[in-house]
Parts: sequence; C-alpha cells; structure tokens
Amino acid sequence: MGDEARVPIASDADMVPARAEARALAEDLGFSPTDATLIATAVSEIARNIVSHVGLGEIVMTAIVEPDRRGLRVVASDEGPGIRDIEKALEHGYTSRKGLGLGLPGARRLMDDFDIASSSGGTTVTMTKWRFLDELERLRERRNSRPAERG
Amino acid sequence: MTTTEGTPDRKPAAASTAEASVLKELVAYLRDDRSDLRAEWTRRITDAQLLSVMTPSEISSEVTAVYDNYVDALETGSVETLQAYARDLSERIIPRGVETDEVLGIVLLLRDVLARALFVRHQDDLRMLDRVLDSYEPAANRIAVTVGVSFVEERERVIREQQDAIHELSTPVLQVRERLLILPIIGVLDTQRARQLTEQLLAAIQSSRAKVVVIDITGVATIDVTVANHLVQTVEAARLMGASAIITGLSSKIAQTLVDLGVDLAMMRTVGDLQGGLEEAERLLGHRPAEPEDIPQVAG
Amino acid sequence: MRVAVLRQGDYLIASIQSDLTDSEVLALREELAEQVGRLRCRGLIVDVGALDVIDSFVARSLSSLAATARLRGASTVIVGIQPHVAIAMVHFDLDLHPLVTALDLDEGLDALARLTSQGAEDGR
Repeated sequence: MGDEARVPIASDADMVPARAEARALAEDLGFSPTDATLIATAVSEIARNIVSHVGLGEIVMTAIVEPDRRGLRVVASDEGPGIRDIEKALEHGYTSRKGLGLGLPGARRLMDDFDIASSSGGTTVTMTKWRFLDELERLRERRNSRPAERG
Repeated sequence: MTTTEGTPDRKPAAASTAEASVLKELVAYLRDDRSDLRAEWTRRITDAQLLSVMTPSEISSEVTAVYDNYVDALETGSVETLQAYARDLSERIIPRGVETDEVLGIVLLLRDVLARALFVRHQDDLRMLDRVLDSYEPAANRIAVTVGVSFVEERERVIREQQDAIHELSTPVLQVRERLLILPIIGVLDTQRARQLTEQLLAAIQSSRAKVVVIDITGVATIDVTVANHLVQTVEAARLMGASAIITGLSSKIAQTLVDLGVDLAMMRTVGDLQGGLEEAERLLGHRPAEPEDIPQVAG
Repeated sequence: MRVAVLRQGDYLIASIQSDLTDSEVLALREELAEQVGRLRCRGLIVDVGALDVIDSFVARSLSSLAATARLRGASTVIVGIQPHVAIAMVHFDLDLHPLVTALDLDEGLDALARLTSQGAEDGR
C-alpha cells in the first residue's frame, strides 16, 4: 500500500493499468466500492483525453490524509497544444473534431473537486474525490496521532 | 529528565551508545534470571487471582512464553514487534476465557516484578539505578500501552462488523412479490442518504432480479437540486440493470421542483399514489407489450 | 481470451471477460457488426458483467454497435451492468436510452424474444 501511483500514458493500453491503480488506491483509502468505480471511471476519461488528443502524458494519483477525511487526488498532465476553449470543453455535449468527446464533463461530474489549467505548453487536470471518516475511524486517528508519553 | 518519546508509529529515537548498552545489559540480566523472575511473577498472578480459569500448569507454560516475548519486546521496542506481541498474547490467552483486563493486569504485574528486581539489583548505586530505570520504564510502558490499545482496536473491529451487519439487515428495500420491489422513502433526504438508498436499491435489484421498482416519496416533504438529480440518476441506473422504476407519491410541490430543475418528467414514470403505482407495476409485470417497456416510444 | 462469442440459434451472445483497451473495444464492435450481418442474426446480447469500469467511450461504442446491428436487422440487449458501474454511467453526459438493457443473460434472452417477435399474436 503506497500513497502515490504514477502511470505514464502513451497509448490506450495504458488506460487499463491507470484504472486498476485508481481503484486499488481508492480501496486502500477506504472508499466504498461505488466510489472506487466512480474514481476509476473518471481516471479512464481523463486518460483517454490524453491519449486521443496529445498521445503522451502522465497521471499521478495521490492519497490525501486529513484528520476528518480522506481524499484521492488525480493529476493528469500532458504537454500538448492545450485546450483553446476550456469553457466550451466542459459544456455538455461538446465533442472534439475526432468525435470522441473530451470526457471532461463526465469526469467532473464523477469527482468532487475539478480543475483544469491549460496553455500552449500543455494541460493539467486536477481532480479529487473525498470521503469523510466515521466515528470509529476518527477515534483511531486521534489515538494514532498523539505522541506516546514517557512512563 | 523527561523527554517525550516519538509517536508509536516510529521506532524510539536511536539511543546513544551508553544508553544502548544499559538497555542491553538489563535485558541480559532479565534473561539470565528468568527462572526466578518468572516464578515471582507467577506467584503474584496467583495472589491477584488473575488467570483463574487456567490451571497452574497452564499458567506456567503461558508464563514462559509471555515472559520471553516480553523481554524481546523490551529489547527491540519496534512497533511491529510490540503489536505482534499484543496480538500473540490475545490469541494465546483469550480463547481460554481470560478477560482483557486480566491480560493487561498480568502485563502490568510483570512490569512491576521486573522493576522491583532492577531496584534490588542496583540498590547500592542509585545513579546507575536511575539510568537503568530511564531505559526500562519507557520500554515497559510502551508494551503496556500497545497491549491496551490492541484491545481497543479489537473491540472497534467488532463494533464495525456489527455495524455492517446491521446496515445489511436494515435495508429499506422491500420485496413485495416476485420481481417487484418497493423503496419507501420517508423524512429528510440528504445527498449521503440518497446515495446509500441508490446503492441498496440497485443491489436489491440484482439479488432479487427485480424488473420493476416502485420508489415512493409520499413521506418526503421537499427535495433540493442535488437530491432531485439523484432521483433521476437512480431511475436511470435501475434501467441500466433492466428494471423499470415508478415514482409514486410525488407531491405537486416536488413535481414543480423537478420541472423547475429541468427534469424531463416524461422520461420518468410517475403515479400519484403508492396504490396506483403498484397497479402500474403489476401491469408492467403481467402484461408484456411487444416492445420492451424500457424504451419510450421509438419509431420502429 | 478477452471476449467469448457464441451463437445460439438466431442470436449471437458476446461475453466480455476482462477490461478492454479502446482499440479492442473498436475491434470488437467491428467484429460483432460483421458477424451479425454475415450470420443474419436477429438478436445480439453483449454481456458486460465482467467489466468493473464502463466509461463514456465504451458506453458510446455499445450504442453505436446496437445501431449498426439494427441496420443489419438485429436487436441488441446489453446485460450484466453491475450496480456500481450503472451508478457511474449515469454521470455521463450521454443519452443512454437507446440502449436496451437487461439484468443478466436469461433476462436478456427474454427481452430479445420479445423484441424479435413483433407481429406475433400472443406476446407472453
């Protein structure tokens, strides 16, 4: 169990490990099976976005540990020509010339936080899903974060 | 001279050579004198009437193993060793009917027995005694705390299991007849609850192979945007699993909310009341049209 | 073997057994469309029970497969969508209504029977 997974995206074959890593990391963080599927699906959309528009990029998935909640942050970056009109790309029903659709609106709906930064130097999509800890988990957190005292 | 130890998740800070050798020496002593010290410990256990469910010979054999592991744990002090020790302790003793307070009790008694032995050993050199205790006390207390915490965690694990079992059993989805489920929703519906209900409904569709689900919201006063979207999504998700959903008990207020939100009510089957909804469900189940019921009117 | 394809009378049953790459999805679509036409199938079932992710591309591909099969005279039913996957799918900006779906293979065969018996006097 690690807290980060890094998947290079160079072809559509890479989408399979990207989904699997996303699901594994989500499960390690205690996300429900449904949320793990939502996350893996969003990662799939984002990975395809890289493959079909740029061809080369990277997805980095990180576990975020906070006292009351856990998060899985996915950062997908590429060095492509950039999305000229981000607003438009996020609109419902927008499809690129290739007709594949950018998948971004879908990914945004699947995750909680979603951000895109795009320029002619490349595009970075940052998306995060959160889950709140329940009573028992919070008790355990508090226990484990207190320093042990000397006899 | 009080310093706070590191968190239980880290190894104790590397001791200086002198401290390390003090620890090494005291551990060697505890090993060399183990017969006597074990006997003393056993005596105190019996005096305190702990481990009363075990016979003297059982106690004796347990004591041997536990003592040796304790000294090992003093020596290495790593979290993993301690936790393994605590687990081992529980697994050895608790199945025999020993209570957790007894386990902690005997660990603390052992701590006391060894501390006293150290007092006696170094009684002529109080400075040395001081250094030995500086080394011994935190190590011994870490063991006690780890054992205590492991019981708490075990309890919490049991609570969690029970919670899950209760959650499983208390699904609000009712199977009224073959292939037909009802999900009555009552009270305030927030996003989290809506999500849970959706998951439970879909799981029920799968396990009971339902073809029609009636979602009754008579008992829901208002819904907000998020929940309304959730309802629509639930209906669609049910369809993807081959089940038709009928929404009943839609108040005119909620109907208006849905319309205002742009929900296409034509895409949702709605019926005024539960009774009507059940009749519609029967119709869907009993009379199958030539076209599948899960596509709205589509030309050929 | 990623996809097992069986013929059952007038029907073709395709079971996807593991996660597929986009190219494999496209290849499958071409393959099934071709078989449906060549074998003059009246019904196609695609079992996606083994997929734990169905994203918008796969969903769209299934829709387009169904449309192509329709042009070749076959109805298509998608079966086996898992609960978690169904929940994910409804987040897409896609109209999934054209897809005919059923819970599992048995239900799918029933649905095909109904779909392909248009004009039959007494639908069950």
